[in-house]
Amino acid sequence: MLNLSVRRRQGDFLLDVDLAAGSGVTALYGRSGSGKTSVINMVAGLSRPDSGRIEVDGKVLFASDSGIDLAPERRRLGYVFQEHRLFPHLSVRGNLVFGRNRLPAGLRAVDFDQVVAVLGIGSLLDRHPANLSGGEKQRVAIGRALLASPRILLMDEPLAALDSARKAELLPFIATLAREFAIPILYVSHAMDEVLRLADTLVLMNDGRVAAAGPLEQLMADPALRPLTGRYEAGAVVTAIVANHDAAYGVSRLSFDGGTLLVGKADLPVGAKVRVRIHARDIAIAIEPPERVSIRNVLPVVVTAVTPADPFLVDVVLSCGGTTLWGQITALAQAQLGLVPGMRVHALIKALTIARGDVTGRGPD
Amino acid sequence: MFTMTPLEIEALSLSLLVSGWAVAGSLPLGLACAWLLARRDFPGKALVDGVIHLPLVLPPVVVGYALLVLLGRRGVVGAWLFDWFGITIAFTWKGAAIASAVIAFPLMVRAIRLSLESVDRGLEQAARTLGCGPVRTFFSVTLPLMLPGVLTGVILAFARSLSEFGATITFVSNIPGETRTLPIALYALTQSPGGDAAALRLCIISVGVAFTALLASDLLARRVQARLKA
Repeated sequence: MLNLSVRRRQGDFLLDVDLAAGSGVTALYGRSGSGKTSVINMVAGLSRPDSGRIEVDGKVLFASDSGIDLAPERRRLGYVFQEHRLFPHLSVRGNLVFGRNRLPAGLRAVDFDQVVAVLGIGSLLDRHPANLSGGEKQRVAIGRALLASPRILLMDEPLAALDSARKAELLPFIATLAREFAIPILYVSHAMDEVLRLADTLVLMNDGRVAAAGPLEQLMADPALRPLTGRYEAGAVVTAIVANHDAAYGVSRLSFDGGTLLVGKADLPVGAKVRVRIHARDIAIAIEPPERVSIRNVLPVVVTAVTPADPFLVDVVLSCGGTTLWGQITALAQAQLGLVPGMRVHALIKALTIARGDVTGRGPD
Repeated sequence: MFTMTPLEIEALSLSLLVSGWAVAGSLPLGLACAWLLARRDFPGKALVDGVIHLPLVLPPVVVGYALLVLLGRRGVVGAWLFDWFGITIAFTWKGAAIASAVIAFPLMVRAIRLSLESVDRGLEQAARTLGCGPVRTFFSVTLPLMLPGVLTGVILAFARSLSEFGATITFVSNIPGETRTLPIALYALTQSPGGDAAALRLCIISVGVAFTALLASDLLARRVQARLKA
């Protein structure tokens, strides 16, 4: 568990951050320059806050009022950098055990063979970093950080330097880390697809401050946070379970708290937990359930809020069972339908608009 | 077959001894100076940098004379060394090593400093987050990565020491078996009538030694480089 409250002035930029990160993956999301990397550098001890306090599992790493400032090597945190930063003069094995060898035997909580197996780097052990691909290097870097048995794993955009194929190759590995090794992860990113895939908790950073923090689904369903969650990526995120596949029609049914969603066939086993992104612009609203319509997803919902997004668009927040959806319609449509909070309406979502990339696996648990 | 006379063997082995000690003795200080110049900012840094580089631009005779004034039996430091420890430096092979070390020092520091500046600080940060303190980080990450530069510095300094003449003859003179290194023996021969043939032989030996040192350094540098890349 990480508790942090720091302030630091860098030229004109004022960083003033309070945040807590518990088990699972906490994503620090924001555009570049919002101060994300500065925050984890302070946690790691690579840069120093002007004032504040940083604690991990009750151990004080930094406290300006009592003059505590542990050196990076005494903080016992794992850091995976944007560029792999492997030691070129050591083999993969030498890199992996670098941190582990400096740890007293009693503190070596992470098993070497398990790390090698989970990251699939068994065949690389005797090679040198120069002979590895970008994705392999980053996997070794992750293994190296893990084997130092850190209290918390810090990851600074570990996929940003990779092409999209390597990214896709690496994402599943990272997704299994928090589960397999029970180490909390603080994950810095400005790529929403990574965040959706990995994060349990979302911390939205803006201009050196935490704009919002909480469970990812909750934050993504809040239209007020749209400027931060991304203009084109705007939309709610729904947690669901794969109910069945219909091979004949190439579709899958996902059940969630509020109903069933029909989507293009997902490459995931029945029972798998998934996260579905439903873009706000892909939701239409009907007062009466339409008959004889091609749209397969017609969900009964209640309007909980109607707020203008810009002069001609309104955001409509809809509650569907225990799930919050969010649609965007024209101000004209809203006026003509007379949409107001409390109305019972129907949300229409074309199965096709939920693309494969919008459904991401979240593992069996 | 080229066989060396006892005089030539004496001069050559003395040259190797003096140069070896000059390099070995100045290497730790060279590393420290390079580290200071590359990694630290302190008041008077430009001055320190200038003083280290001074022997590169001064006539070697000036350096030799300065050493004599400092370390001679009646010199500022030399008198004190003799009175307290009974150590004499001037007119001994140790003095020759010191003269060579001072002359070659800027070359060594330059090469080491360049290699240190090319080491990615990010790797050092990574080592710190993996539990290495600053000293351990230096020896397990920084030093291995700057090894090619350190080697270059050592070879350059060694080669410069082998060819040292001006400062050496001013500081420790020409004493057979003690300070008469290859260049000094060569100079003495060129000054004596009928020494031409012997001087030519010493010339050939000098060229041979210098060439061997360069080849060896090249081979070594390639090996280290290959190990870093592999």
